[in-house]
Amino acid sequence: MLRYGLAGLGLVAFGAAIALHQPTAAGAAENPKLQATAHLYDTYCAQCHGVQRNGKGINTVGLSVQPRDHSDTVAMSSLPRAQIVKAITEGGASVNKSALMPSWAGVLSPAQIEDMADYLAYVCKCEQAK
Amino acid sequence: MKAPVIVAACAGLAALALAGRPAAVGAQGAASPELTTQCASCHALAKPTDATLDRLWSRKGPDLWYAGDKFNRDWLVAWLQNPTTIRPGGVLWFKHAKPGDPRDTIDTAAVEKHPKVDAATAGRLADALLQLKSGLVTDGAYNPASANMTMGKLAFSKLRGCVACHQDQAGQGGLSGPELYDAGRRLRADYVIAYTKNPQQFDPHVWMPTPTLSEPDLQRLTGYIVSLGKEDK
Repeated sequence: MLRYGLAGLGLVAFGAAIALHQPTAAGAAENPKLQATAHLYDTYCAQCHGVQRNGKGINTVGLSVQPRDHSDTVAMSSLPRAQIVKAITEGGASVNKSALMPSWAGVLSPAQIEDMADYLAYVCKCEQAK
Repeated sequence: MKAPVIVAACAGLAALALAGRPAAVGAQGAASPELTTQCASCHALAKPTDATLDRLWSRKGPDLWYAGDKFNRDWLVAWLQNPTTIRPGGVLWFKHAKPGDPRDTIDTAAVEKHPKVDAATAGRLADALLQLKSGLVTDGAYNPASANMTMGKLAFSKLRGCVACHQDQAGQGGLSGPELYDAGRRLRADYVIAYTKNPQQFDPHVWMPTPTLSEPDLQRLTGYIVSLGKEDK
């Protein structure tokens, strides 16, 4: 019995660790704006950048250039915020990156794109790293 | 004396109310009762008045209020009798994506299956669906003389990145968009060019970005897309 109990506890702890590791809508629950932006990320960005924000989205199977891993604190910290906003607004080619990253200006408002830049800083834990 | 006047007034009001309600009505008239019964629980047969992101997340099937612009009748009649998966990620890919390594995957067991109908029903439903038009598609917008298969394929696969989300051959390409390897049988060219130019006109919160394409690019891509699947005929 004890063995099953311990195994059960282990599973619960493992599940909790996975849940805590994912900066998804649930992880941003304490902040309504982050939560709303996480929902936008889940709808539009996660198809390439991954449901765990790690650059491993379902569509990467056909991509010649892999999408950025938004959970990579070091790489994300090196990107100026203005460049992130420009890439989302005008597409990757506008900042000399891959044209596979499209412009989202027809889908997201300028305010939503600014919120997305804030959300990405939250996802990569870049603010904490500074 | 007053009773007939009141009855007539009530009838008039009822007629006005019925005329004004947001029923399943296409630009060319009301959807058939059979279409409403069979399809309306999952598909919008009239342009939604509440086109929000929440609505997108809660819908069960793709909108069909522009089905008459979109589909070829022969394909529609055959598909309704023997439905195949058009969207590898399901109606809403984000509801079926699972984290994974080296990449996320689709829980294919959870991808919705479309009900089958018999040949006679398929014919009637196709005819009714083809009555639903958006007014957003211009006849003759695609010019077949501008088709260039080599350039169209190059734009699809490399230059414009369509292949990131759409498959132009079975099993090759992304999973979040509808497959396009039988687009030539399924879709009308004038719809393909209108939708590709501005998907948000049809579906305001859809996850396809608004491509910034020149007219020659749109023509080349459309020529390539509507050629797909025709060789199997």
